[in-house]
Amino acid sequence: MATNNSQHISQQFEQELQDIRSRVLAMGGLVEQQVGNALKSLKKADIELARTVMAEDNLVNDLEMKIDEECIQIIALRQPTASDLRLVTVILKAITDLERIGDEAYNIAQKTLNLTANEHSKKNYSELSKLGNHVRGLLRDALDAFARLDVDAALNVAREAQEADAEYESFMRSMLTYMMEDPRTISRVLDLMWSARALERITAHTHNLCEYVIYLVEGKDVRHLTVEKMEKLLERDDE
Amino acid sequence: MATQQSAARAIDINSMQRGSKMNLEAEEVCLQVKGFNLFYGDKQALHGVNMTIPKNRVTAFIGPSGCGKSTLLRCFNRMNDLIDSVSIEGDMLLDGNDLNAPSVNVADLRRQVGMVFQKPNPFPKSIYENVAYGLRLQGVNDRATLDNVVEKSLKGAALWDEVKDRLHESAMGMSGGQQQRLVIARAIAIEPEVLLLDEPASALDPLSTLKIEELIHELKEKYTIVIVTHNMQQAARVSDYTAFMYMGELIEFGPTDELFTNPKKKQTEDYITGRYG
Repeated sequence: MATNNSQHISQQFEQELQDIRSRVLAMGGLVEQQVGNALKSLKKADIELARTVMAEDNLVNDLEMKIDEECIQIIALRQPTASDLRLVTVILKAITDLERIGDEAYNIAQKTLNLTANEHSKKNYSELSKLGNHVRGLLRDALDAFARLDVDAALNVAREAQEADAEYESFMRSMLTYMMEDPRTISRVLDLMWSARALERITAHTHNLCEYVIYLVEGKDVRHLTVEKMEKLLERDDE
Repeated sequence: MATQQSAARAIDINSMQRGSKMNLEAEEVCLQVKGFNLFYGDKQALHGVNMTIPKNRVTAFIGPSGCGKSTLLRCFNRMNDLIDSVSIEGDMLLDGNDLNAPSVNVADLRRQVGMVFQKPNPFPKSIYENVAYGLRLQGVNDRATLDNVVEKSLKGAALWDEVKDRLHESAMGMSGGQQQRLVIARAIAIEPEVLLLDEPASALDPLSTLKIEELIHELKEKYTIVIVTHNMQQAARVSDYTAFMYMGELIEFGPTDELFTNPKKKQTEDYITGRYG
């Protein structure tokens, strides 16, 4: 059963559900912007921007708590069922992932401060920003899929996430060789690796968001499945 | 590795789920409804209902007023026989036997299929006599037998501890919740196979309601329970299976947890989430 587009008899309940949905999308937008700014600060060695990202992490945290509270209110007062219930539970989970993504943006910004503190070549930054742009794009697509309740788009993002993981692995391997070739680079390369690690975590959280979209729309729990198994599970039911 | 395995064994994930996964096909059948139509005069109230009610489970009927859920419930012990204009088509089987067959003695059927109504209806007699009433009708007058059944039934209805010291006081002096449990005790005193509950808790306060729900949970060990309720949270809490009816048709019937988290039909979804289509 796809989510419902007809109206609740209780207008107020309708409004409350609309509110938490749009707030999650706003939170998603903010988190995506944080990730984008963190990557930009790294690439441009922009200390000011990095500091802004770190300061604005509070906004993300506040939103998480606010939405959390609203969801609990709805459960207590409205006892949502079916697609409404799935919406509220999915939002409760999604905001945790979004908040973590915000933390990872914070971590990347912090690495910017380390890396720019010492004068270093910008080499390696480009490879990292390539991975970064990919991951950021996935996050944007996942949020889009959530906004449009688009299962196919969510599946696409889950599929793409595997490629981002492969990019991450190869980035880490190349960093290892840098360190082996020239041990003087170790401290700098470690900061880059931590940033890449943050991107890998963001990908994992993005993947979770896709699973929530599928659960929300189809009512199917696709966690811990490979993308192929997800597709199969969703196909079988269409017949 | 060995310790990991034993840890996995210590946490039995299946036991963490609420009961085992319900599967209608795997259930033992109690009541069967096949192509069932019911008319009040010219007006058709039930349209081609097909369903199987599983044994020793709680099945809830939900749906808006006038959807036919009470009408269907009342067919299970032929309460509709009392209404002249009613005519029926199709089959209704109890343990494989047609309960509308001419050979069926309605009094026997109602002994097998007991019913509890929305408003508690104790007789204006003592608590003891209310419970013993069915047996006395059957000609049982042996004091020891009656004492035994009254105690067992009142315990079964989770009422014994509250009334054991005033068994011979009038039942009319009890609270609504106690009266409803007394009526359930009266129904189970004659050991029916099926208990039909028509809005059993709608006239009760929340705590009495919870007691009735707790009781329903215990009673399904011994009886097949069919409950009609307007309170969807109650249906969700007490039942194993839920049937959603609308305009005299059975729209959806399935395991309760699935129906309330992921209904298959839009009409069900609209009703349980409180929308209009």
